[in-house]
Amino acid sequence: MPDQQLLSGDEAVAHAAFDAGVALGTGYPGTPSTEILEAFSALGGRAQWAPNEKVALEVGLGAAYGAVRALVTMKHVGLNVAADPLFTAAYTGVTGALVVVSADDPGMSSSQNEQDNRRYGIAAGLPVLEPADAQEAYDLFFTAVELSERWKLPVLFRMTTRVCHAKSLVRPRGRRETPRPGHFERDIAGRVMIPSNARPAHRRLRAKLAEIAAWAEEAPLNRVEARDPALGLITDGVAYLHAAEAAPTASVLKLGLVHPLPLEKLRRFAASVERCVVVEEGDPVIADALRAAGIAVESKPEMYRFGELDVARVRRIVARDTSPEPAPPRGKPPELCPACPYHAAYAALKKLDCIVAGDIGCYSLGALQPYQAMDTCVAMGAALGVGLGLRHALPPEQARRVVSVIGDSTFVHSGITGLAEAVYNPPPTGHVVLVLDNGTTAMTGQQEHPGTGRTLDHAPTAQLSIERLAEAMGVPSVTVFDAFADPAGFERLLAERLAAPTLSVIVARRPCILAAADIRKWEKAGAERRAAQACLAQAEE
Amino acid sequence: MKVTNVVLAGLGGQGVIKASDILADAAVRAGLDVKKSEVHGMSQRGGSVTSDVRFGEKVLSPMVPRGEADFLVVLSPSEVEVARPLLAAGGVLLGPDLVPEAKLPNRKSLNVALLGALSSHLPFPPAALLAAVKAALPERLHAVNEQAFELGRAAAGGSVR
Ligand code: SF4
Repeated sequence: MPDQQLLSGDEAVAHAAFDAGVALGTGYPGTPSTEILEAFSALGGRAQWAPNEKVALEVGLGAAYGAVRALVTMKHVGLNVAADPLFTAAYTGVTGALVVVSADDPGMSSSQNEQDNRRYGIAAGLPVLEPADAQEAYDLFFTAVELSERWKLPVLFRMTTRVCHAKSLVRPRGRRETPRPGHFERDIAGRVMIPSNARPAHRRLRAKLAEIAAWAEEAPLNRVEARDPALGLITDGVAYLHAAEAAPTASVLKLGLVHPLPLEKLRRFAASVERCVVVEEGDPVIADALRAAGIAVESKPEMYRFGELDVARVRRIVARDTSPEPAPPRGKPPELCPACPYHAAYAALKKLDCIVAGDIGCYSLGALQPYQAMDTCVAMGAALGVGLGLRHALPPEQARRVVSVIGDSTFVHSGITGLAEAVYNPPPTGHVVLVLDNGTTAMTGQQEHPGTGRTLDHAPTAQLSIERLAEAMGVPSVTVFDAFADPAGFERLLAERLAAPTLSVIVARRPCILAAADIRKWEKAGAERRAAQACLAQAEE
Repeated sequence: MKVTNVVLAGLGGQGVIKASDILADAAVRAGLDVKKSEVHGMSQRGGSVTSDVRFGEKVLSPMVPRGEADFLVVLSPSEVEVARPLLAAGGVLLGPDLVPEAKLPNRKSLNVALLGALSSHLPFPPAALLAAVKAALPERLHAVNEQAFELGRAAAGGSVR
């Protein structure tokens, strides 16, 4: 088998984006979406990390206004951050193409919830495409680009863990297009969503969706596999593969487009079989839509809303088996690496009996043994706001124990606005914000961010300074400290700041032990590059 | 041809995912359809990791159905009991004690040694698996890993060379 490659769904999307001539890929790292941009960059695509998903989506939207093809990637909860521009982007539409990847995590292998982002497409009024495996991820990406360009709409490309991280054989088509140059056409009425422009824009959006729904009735991405009419399964995404294996004789309608739905095709299919069951992972999104349209289908029992589906569970769904499932094996939970720089910080937080408003990152592991020193963890950047709320609400002696703990990447992602709130509405007891700066985005596999001073491919760029930013924002007390080198000194510093009635930021800085060697390598390469450039500049004079 | 289901289990940092990538690549080299999937995200932080590899003429779901693994390859003693329910009745368990650490040319090559052990049971020639091992590693590690592979193969009763 020549040109076949074993690719993950993420890698397949990267290949498709490259082959389709995507001019810009941007996003924020988040499991299981992270590898898409990394692979796209490795192939030679122009890829960059944004400070957060909202910014990524806005940059992608701007690029698509500029008539090029753009890709934006994030994990499911990232779309919550990007939701604000997403909904209005559906109204303005795009000039080029905009494909927004949402990588959902049913079963929460590394997430704080298992929201089903097909609902975002429905709520925003966007087409939602859903591949089942890597080959489909590759092929459907081209469809996504075509849909986006044909109807001038952003497209939501929904993947899940077992599509993103599952490898299978893919036959790429080879590079079809190189990125075309952008151009700008003024369209104030179409892109400036003041109410007088937004009202007609909403009508335009609904008209486009009706057209897409009509197209979807015939489109090959929603296909019927007619077999035994005794049982019909309507399915989407990776659930299709589980279903095909669990019930090989059943007739299947496999949806590649889950919004807008091809209702007439679905109605005909449901009528052609004796029993029709919707097999979908997560929420009963399709089943509810079909019932609302008056199509009689069976939905999976409520117990299968939780966690991932697999072949065994689909067999049970088909058999209407709701007996308790065998308990999943309980493996060893992850923990901070033995030499992680965060140990000293958590030891001090525990010793001083702090109330810790935590955040998303490796340091979330501080919530587990041996520290159990994290009291809340809600969303990226929430450490600041939640910590402030606790300070406002608790009696002073408890309030003085509250610390907001956040990582460097997360601080840039959405901690900065929380710090603005802290400066603006400081609690009477003051507050302590502890930024654990390990010089990387460790949790997702060591990606760069604006605070590292290096771009996605580790090339040097301007560096955002957390301490100077905090000072410029008006934080009265800002300290940089290496807690690992001097744990006792760190504990004293923390105790002192907790006792003071002012707002203070402590940046505990020391590189992630797993990333340290690479960071040194990139720093060296950056220095060499700068020296070579200086040399060249001198020679040109 | 029936689909072969292999589950590899261990702790983060032990090379579970690397080994599953190698096995999947070997099956491709042998001309089979392959799917593999795992859940990683915190895998570097020492927690449990399992990876599913399935190959045959045509593979549908990327996940080995629970209790249907034909082979269970376990790299860490602590994970043997945790992972055992994944094994099918009559399935083969290849545990970490198969090749004692002292015998390994390099502590980190246990994953390759267990692949060697697995190679005696697979429906394709061990050479395909060894070729995949070499393709996945830099040349300076080839000799050590070939040795580990053959240690594992001998331990599982396969003949060396
Ligand atoms: S990956 Fe880095 S930051 Fe995360 S626990 Fe390990 S050493 Fe700490």
